[in-house]
Amino acid sequence: MTAPDAHQAAAGDALPLLAVEGLTLERGPSRILDGVSLTLGRGETLALVGESGAGKSTIAFALMGLIGKGEAKIAGRMRFDEVEDLVSLNERGWGRLRGRRIAMVFQDAGAALDPCYTVGGQLVSVLRRQLGLSRAKARERALELLEGVGINDAEARLSAYPHELSGGMQQRVMVAIALACNPELLLADEPTSALDVTIQAQIIRLILTEIRARGASCVFVLHDLALASQSCDKIVVLYAGQVMEAGPSRGILEHPRHPYTRLLKSCVLEIGTETLDPPEGGVPSYGDMPAGCRFATRCPNALPRCFAERPVLAAEGERLIACFNPEPRQ
Amino acid sequence: MTKPGTAAPAASPAQGTNAPGTGASDRPVFELLDVEKRFTVSRPAGFLKREKRSLAALDGVRLTVRRGASIALVGESGSGKSTLLRVLLGLAEPSDGKALYLGQPVKEVRAKSRDFARSVAMIYQDARASLDPRMTVSALIAEPLLHFGLCGREAVGERVAALLTRVGLPAEIAGRYPAALSGGQVRRVAIARALAAEPTVLIADEAVSGLDVSTQAQLLNLLRGLKREMGLTLLFITHDLGVASYLCEEIAIMYLGRIVETGPTDAVLSAPAHPYSLALRRAAPEFFAPITDPLEGEIPSPLDLPPGCRFATRCPFVEDDCRSAEPILAPVARGRTVACRHPLNAEDSPVSPQMPAPAVTHAVGSRPGEGAEVSA
Amino acid sequence: MAVSEASLDPSVVPAEKAAGTTKKPRRRSVFLRRPFFSLALLVALGFVVCAVFAPYIAPYDPTVQSIEAMMQPPGGAHLLGTDSFGKDILSRIIFGARYALTIGVFAVLIGACGGLVLGVAAGLSTGWLEWALMRLIDSILALPSLILAIAVIAILGQGVDKVILAVGISLVGPFSRTVRSDVLQVKAQLFIEAAHLMSIPRLTVIRRHILPNVFFPLLVQITVRISEAILVSSSLSFLGIGVSPPTPDWGLMIAEGRGFVSFAPWMSGMPGMALAILLVALAIVGDAVREEFDPKMKRAQ
Repeated sequence: MTAPDAHQAAAGDALPLLAVEGLTLERGPSRILDGVSLTLGRGETLALVGESGAGKSTIAFALMGLIGKGEAKIAGRMRFDEVEDLVSLNERGWGRLRGRRIAMVFQDAGAALDPCYTVGGQLVSVLRRQLGLSRAKARERALELLEGVGINDAEARLSAYPHELSGGMQQRVMVAIALACNPELLLADEPTSALDVTIQAQIIRLILTEIRARGASCVFVLHDLALASQSCDKIVVLYAGQVMEAGPSRGILEHPRHPYTRLLKSCVLEIGTETLDPPEGGVPSYGDMPAGCRFATRCPNALPRCFAERPVLAAEGERLIACFNPEPRQ
Repeated sequence: MTKPGTAAPAASPAQGTNAPGTGASDRPVFELLDVEKRFTVSRPAGFLKREKRSLAALDGVRLTVRRGASIALVGESGSGKSTLLRVLLGLAEPSDGKALYLGQPVKEVRAKSRDFARSVAMIYQDARASLDPRMTVSALIAEPLLHFGLCGREAVGERVAALLTRVGLPAEIAGRYPAALSGGQVRRVAIARALAAEPTVLIADEAVSGLDVSTQAQLLNLLRGLKREMGLTLLFITHDLGVASYLCEEIAIMYLGRIVETGPTDAVLSAPAHPYSLALRRAAPEFFAPITDPLEGEIPSPLDLPPGCRFATRCPFVEDDCRSAEPILAPVARGRTVACRHPLNAEDSPVSPQMPAPAVTHAVGSRPGEGAEVSA
Repeated sequence: MAVSEASLDPSVVPAEKAAGTTKKPRRRSVFLRRPFFSLALLVALGFVVCAVFAPYIAPYDPTVQSIEAMMQPPGGAHLLGTDSFGKDILSRIIFGARYALTIGVFAVLIGACGGLVLGVAAGLSTGWLEWALMRLIDSILALPSLILAIAVIAILGQGVDKVILAVGISLVGPFSRTVRSDVLQVKAQLFIEAAHLMSIPRLTVIRRHILPNVFFPLLVQITVRISEAILVSSSLSFLGIGVSPPTPDWGLMIAEGRGFVSFAPWMSGMPGMALAILLVALAIVGDAVREEFDPKMKRAQ
């Protein structure tokens, strides 16, 4: 990227808010992410979907700068707005981004909230540290935030400890903390997988409304394709750390062209589903991964070259697809 | 198989009014008659003072499980599903009401012989914790085989191998410990162990939740096949309506310790009669559907139950009389019952003109065996 | 929530290898993965070899006194010097390893046996029996092991066997506490309930499911506590109430050299060093054993 590009980004929205290119992450001998690329525009919502071990959460943690330099080897590029290179960003640089411009809602709010401090105390400390508000101002703002995320009786809840709240309430508090500094990018890592379905609908709606009201973008990590189709504009389908298919969620989920997306969709259980035809077996371990497309071992369309050669993520219309032998176009 | 003949004489109070044949084989496998389970909790009341409160985890639950039926028990956390399960298995004694297995109290049947333990198998939600970490897979599966004397020591290896194949696991897994297996494999081992005793009833507590979709689909197909081939009676506890509709012919929906609706799964899910069932149905993710107005608020604490219908605090269709008295499970349509004063879709159902006034509801509901009848 | 739990740490790929992948990733040997453990194990084994073959390894008789060779500094004919009676310190340390290890191992075995019985009983019993057993354990725990050992020595008198017994008894408390908490933990596990559901008799459940799950952590405890036992026994000797002179015991040697520390520091320093090296080595070995064989920790790898 050159300087004029950056300037342009600041002026208008020609450049997407977030661009990840060829992100590769190695932990010991295992390559957990293998050349992941994705872009996210302002105000867009994107879902990272895939099964466990796909690297969805790892991407979110990398975007939040939560992967230590000693923990794993990261290569590739991550650009966020005018910050050119998140991969080599130092801790001071992260300090300016994390919590202020990029915030995260964790899966298990009960574990992510500090059990020793009241909800109000945690919110106030975030507001004071990040925005430099006075104690009284911060308290006032905390109250607004809690009311904003639909917590009744917010005044009383400020002095409640996290364990005194139900799972849904805890997640609402998490959302309030994440939104405290009006971040431009919100990362939501399976925000509802620990909650009941009716509460899940509440929380997803809450996140979407708040994001839209602020014009922010959001990356959801989800394992439920139907939920992804309901909540996100764009979708990135991951398998064992590789991007299989990416693009507008409606197009991809209505007519999946990558065999893995199709398989994933065929396993989704909806009410009234009569038959399921799941593939046998599971994700191979990192030692047994084929050199080419990692999905080749389970792929019904696999060709001999799929095992040896890695298909490139190529644009096809609005979507990107990495496959030598995709399903025919609809 | 238990010996139904020996159990017959003691069974008279359990005879459901809906069961025309009096043969022992027609007797429901499980029957819960107005089961109530209360726990006493103490909570702080001022400085250094605690007050004791009684909490009803189950309140007047009636459920009949017929032989060969497959019933999904659906509800959110705090609905009392797990307590119901413990009562059925005889791990908890009901505070009031009766829990019957083939017409006899579960507790007595369990104490009397091993038949109950053999016929009723359980698959836990946390499959890994339900397996002894210091036993190999083959030892784990062999345990019920040897315990119930189903085969001699020399034949155990063969039986274990057969069971592993049955649940779709490779034979070389037999020598491994549970810690070395993946989540899906551990569930399969738990299923193999449950099947080892050749049960007639399989009770599964969220047996496929928390797994990847492809693994979940594999397991659901496995369970479906087993149910069909072995003629198992299946009681499946789940929070996922998709799982319920895929696996079970009947459904019972629970809310705050009560069953609020029962009936054939397809009918209940396509036209829920209870507002809570409708909310559950709507909250389930569906492709491209906009996220609908979710149910407001959260499940109230069982310590502070609202007066009248316990769903009234969150019900979008609440009317004044809902807050006065609790509705009782009453039939709304063929094979369907609902505990609601103003059931939805009532006009479509043939039974609706007789939608009983409270007094009638009570009379109907108090007949044992009819309340939560779910005919196969 | 297994889905997301696993995806948090993608190095744990819950790969269902049903597809018939027979290749298992080969793990490197423990000794290569844990160099410190290997070193510590070698050192500990060195002490064991010294203890077993002491008469063949020691250059001198550990009890022979010699006026000519009094208080010689390390080097020359006496590698680690001599003490105030002219006894060879190296030989005394080598023979001392015998006493240290014997006392350590047997005392820990006594403590572990007592602890196992008491802990399992306390963990399984209910009502007044549990209360009584717990108070018994508490009263043992109330005293530090050294004080308790001194009290037992005061009753029994001096001697190696008495020291073993005294140290062993003083370890019963800590052992029974850990065993009891293990029993309680195992008892609450789901697989115990599953066994109960299967109508497996209570005694069988204890034998088949509870004891094996308690026994292994106990073995780990034993390796960790040997060093504690050696330390307590040395302290007893140092205080002059353990084994009696001229037995070549390290604690005794340190005590003897105490008066000469300013001009013959090797007299206390050498046995002190031997004690320190053995304790550190045992601690490292114990830790590694725990990490390596604990199935819960193994899963996290």
